[in-house]
Amino acid sequence: MKGTNLGEFEELVLLTIAALVNDAYSVAICDELEKNAGRPAKLGVVHAVLNRLEDKGYVKSKLGEATNMRGGKRKRYYTVTNGGKAALVRSREIRDQLWDRIPELSLKKA
Amino acid sequence: MKDHSKISPPRWATRLLGWYCKPALLEDLEGDLNEYFQRNVKLKGVRRARLNYILDVLKFFRFYTVRKPEFLNLLIHWIMIGSYIKTSGRIILRNRLFSSINIIGLAISMSVGLLLISLLSDMNSYDKFHKNHDRIYRVISKYKYLHQEDNNYYASTSLRAGQSIQESIPGIEQIAILYRDFSGDMTFAEKTVPLSGHWASESFFKVFSYPMVSGDAATALKNPYSVVLTEKSAKKLFSDADALGKTIIRAGEKGDQEFVVTGVIRDVPLFSHMKFDMLASLSTREVTQKDDKYEMAWENIWSGYAYLLLPERTDLQNLQTNLNAISARENQTVKNTTIKLSLQPLSEIALGEDLNNSIGPVMVSSNVWMIGVLSVIVVLSACFNYTNLSIARSLRRSREVGIRKVVGALRSHVVGQFVVESVMIALCALVVSFLLFILLKPHFLSLNEQYKEMLVLDLSPKVIGYFILLAIGVGIAAGFFPAIFFARVNAIQVLKNISTVRVFGNVTARKALIVAQFTVSLMFIAATIIGYKHYKHVLAFDLGFDTENVLNIQLFGNKADLLMKELSEIPEIKGLSASSMITSIGNYMGANMKYSDPQDSSFVYYTSIDEHYLPLHGHKLLAGRNFTYRPDSAAESEVIVNEKVLKRFNIANQDPLKAVGEIIRVNRKEVQIIGVMKDYYYGKPIDHEIKEFIFRYSFNKAGYVNAKVTSTDWPGTLAKIETAWKKIDNVHPLEATFYNEEIERAYSGFSSRIKVIGTLSFLAICIAAIGLLGMVVFTTETRLKEISIRKVLGATEASLIYLLSKGFLVLVAIAALIALPATQFFFAKYALDEYADRAPVAWNELIVGVMTVIAVAFVMIGTHTLKVARTNPAEVLKSE
Repeated sequence: MKGTNLGEFEELVLLTIAALVNDAYSVAICDELEKNAGRPAKLGVVHAVLNRLEDKGYVKSKLGEATNMRGGKRKRYYTVTNGGKAALVRSREIRDQLWDRIPELSLKKA
Repeated sequence: MKDHSKISPPRWATRLLGWYCKPALLEDLEGDLNEYFQRNVKLKGVRRARLNYILDVLKFFRFYTVRKPEFLNLLIHWIMIGSYIKTSGRIILRNRLFSSINIIGLAISMSVGLLLISLLSDMNSYDKFHKNHDRIYRVISKYKYLHQEDNNYYASTSLRAGQSIQESIPGIEQIAILYRDFSGDMTFAEKTVPLSGHWASESFFKVFSYPMVSGDAATALKNPYSVVLTEKSAKKLFSDADALGKTIIRAGEKGDQEFVVTGVIRDVPLFSHMKFDMLASLSTREVTQKDDKYEMAWENIWSGYAYLLLPERTDLQNLQTNLNAISARENQTVKNTTIKLSLQPLSEIALGEDLNNSIGPVMVSSNVWMIGVLSVIVVLSACFNYTNLSIARSLRRSREVGIRKVVGALRSHVVGQFVVESVMIALCALVVSFLLFILLKPHFLSLNEQYKEMLVLDLSPKVIGYFILLAIGVGIAAGFFPAIFFARVNAIQVLKNISTVRVFGNVTARKALIVAQFTVSLMFIAATIIGYKHYKHVLAFDLGFDTENVLNIQLFGNKADLLMKELSEIPEIKGLSASSMITSIGNYMGANMKYSDPQDSSFVYYTSIDEHYLPLHGHKLLAGRNFTYRPDSAAESEVIVNEKVLKRFNIANQDPLKAVGEIIRVNRKEVQIIGVMKDYYYGKPIDHEIKEFIFRYSFNKAGYVNAKVTSTDWPGTLAKIETAWKKIDNVHPLEATFYNEEIERAYSGFSSRIKVIGTLSFLAICIAAIGLLGMVVFTTETRLKEISIRKVLGATEASLIYLLSKGFLVLVAIAALIALPATQFFFAKYALDEYADRAPVAWNELIVGVMTVIAVAFVMIGTHTLKVARTNPAEVLKSE
């Protein structure tokens, strides 16, 4: 598999899925991203990322129950896999390490 | 407020998404887009929402969403094709009877298709050897005299029209003008050869591409008394010597003429709509016909032809306007006559409408269409057989399909398999039909003189390519429905319990197919019978005179009295007469006639005869007397007219007795009516009416000698006549035809059409019968156990045959009930409407025809059911 590292947007999507817990399906993820990150998240982009995350094994998905909404089509719910959790933790660790190395003064000025 | 959830996104966009998207992603994506759509409807309105939806559908067309199995599927097809061929081959071999029924049926029908393809390919190659064939047009004319309008165009036009076009219409690249019939005996150094050809203008070779072997194409036809020969005629006249510059002599009525050979061209290709042995310069006629005013008259449209070579992208509409202008101007120069000019593309001459005065043979396109439609019907009938039998036998094969599906075959694979199978059968059939084609070809060509003259039906790679395409097309057409049918098979159901499958759900459809097949075949047969009856009726039609044993001998310019003197010494010849032409077979000669009113002139048909003609042919005179012998030198003074002439001019109140002795003017000469004869059909009897017609007396204009022959030894008598002919003419072979044969030949188009329909109907019946046999075999096979049990319980053979064949006979009977009235209606309404006198439709003959077909069907059903009924029930029941 090409690279298991997590891109910035991928990380955001992954975090959103984790945050939404049992309600993480594509449209909800888009809305959540928009709300939190304050930037428009295109469905197409999110879809592509979800697809890629699934390829990398960070999320898994399953179809939910059919409802009257969405033209009778089922939703695909995503959950973070163990691998995904590990990747999230690792990327947080990397950041934390870097944060720790920054002297407090240099950031405060900026 | 409206309920927004009811508003749906554009259906086609959803379908597009469904088409390209991977099935795994589809549901989720569709749902998402739908959710956004509903949201947009609320926020932005329906229009924007729809637009967004469409854009989103298009934007989702990405690498990861697009279905890939397409390629995989193709690959699978490609890998599996070997397997398809192998299994198809096995199945063809295992079911020999069904395969041969299918192959024979398809082969018979396809051989007709092959004939049609090669015929079309021949007709399509007509006149294509001309370099500018797509830019050559012929000027054709429509003739109207007073109110007598001839609906048909004349292929010919007046020389004057040609000249006017040349002078007054700009933007025509070249114009070639032809004048029909420069024929005669050409002599060079004691050697005389009869040749035929036309007069052609200087620019002839600029329009047409007949390659010159020697001589200058640009000037060959420029000077008067120039002649261009084909290689073949040059060889006849000069053997191997150089022809160029030699002088040859043409024997003519007004003395011999000398022509100089100015060119030799390659022989006229077979696929040329005009055929000739030589061409003389049209400028010769300017010299010889200088004093003939009629030569350049506007209404003399009978012998001239004008061909235009137009520049590319010519506005034909504009050209037609110019032609109309010429017609409008010139129509004023003639009385009572209107002539309209039109253009006909070169490509529509050889295969097109049957125009009057055609310069060469014409294949009438409606005839070709008719053959085409009929052969398509025959081919479809064979396809029906295939479809019918395959679906009927689906019970046995659905298990195979079920297993294929379980192993992973998709619908498209199953379709592929069955189509491959039917194409294979069609290709096998092609081999058989090709042999049939080779066998049929000579018979087809000999159907009609014209076919022999116009067609070769040779094979070329292109034609063979079309043959193979036809086979593949037929295979796909035949295999399509079975393929779809099998593709729908539900694997689980088939494998779990075969008896639950409703294989016979298609019974009604299949029965309908059989009925349709037999209806069409019976209609063919009925049409043949009606047509044949009509043909016989036309031939046996009482023309009003006696044609029995009259032998017409063409004179080729020889003196009639010389030949008659020789012939009178043959004892078998009981009577002799001379005439200018043969009537009642569609030949016409016309003259101008006036009676008392100098303003009232009319066109009458005539034949010049001698004094023996009327008694020899048994023409009945109502009043007056026959001609008497008169030397050639004396001026024409007497005519015999028919009743119609009396009616037309109201001569003597139409009383034949009183009309005798009246003076009329024929071609401005005063003549006396000496007799009135009963009307008879001067043209073809199928013409709408009897025309005005006169007999004139002339001995030296005779074109034929009519000999009444009674003989017990025909070959011997004909040999004697031949010897007599040789004494007076060494150049021309004897051309002697019995009058009855002559009439038959005049209707050869009609008879060949009947033969074609007859053959096709025979084929159609064969195919339908073969198909029926297949169905019977199949049904009896599946009911074998039932039959055995019935037999054990005491059923008689007769009752079993009745049980098995009842259903099929009912189908054939239904077909007959539909076919007969339909054909009858069709014939009464359309087909023979053009014939003035038609045979009454013979119901008893039709019924006999239909009974024959039913009898054939019964014999086939009967023999097979009998075989089954006679099987030992113990054998069948034991083996279960």
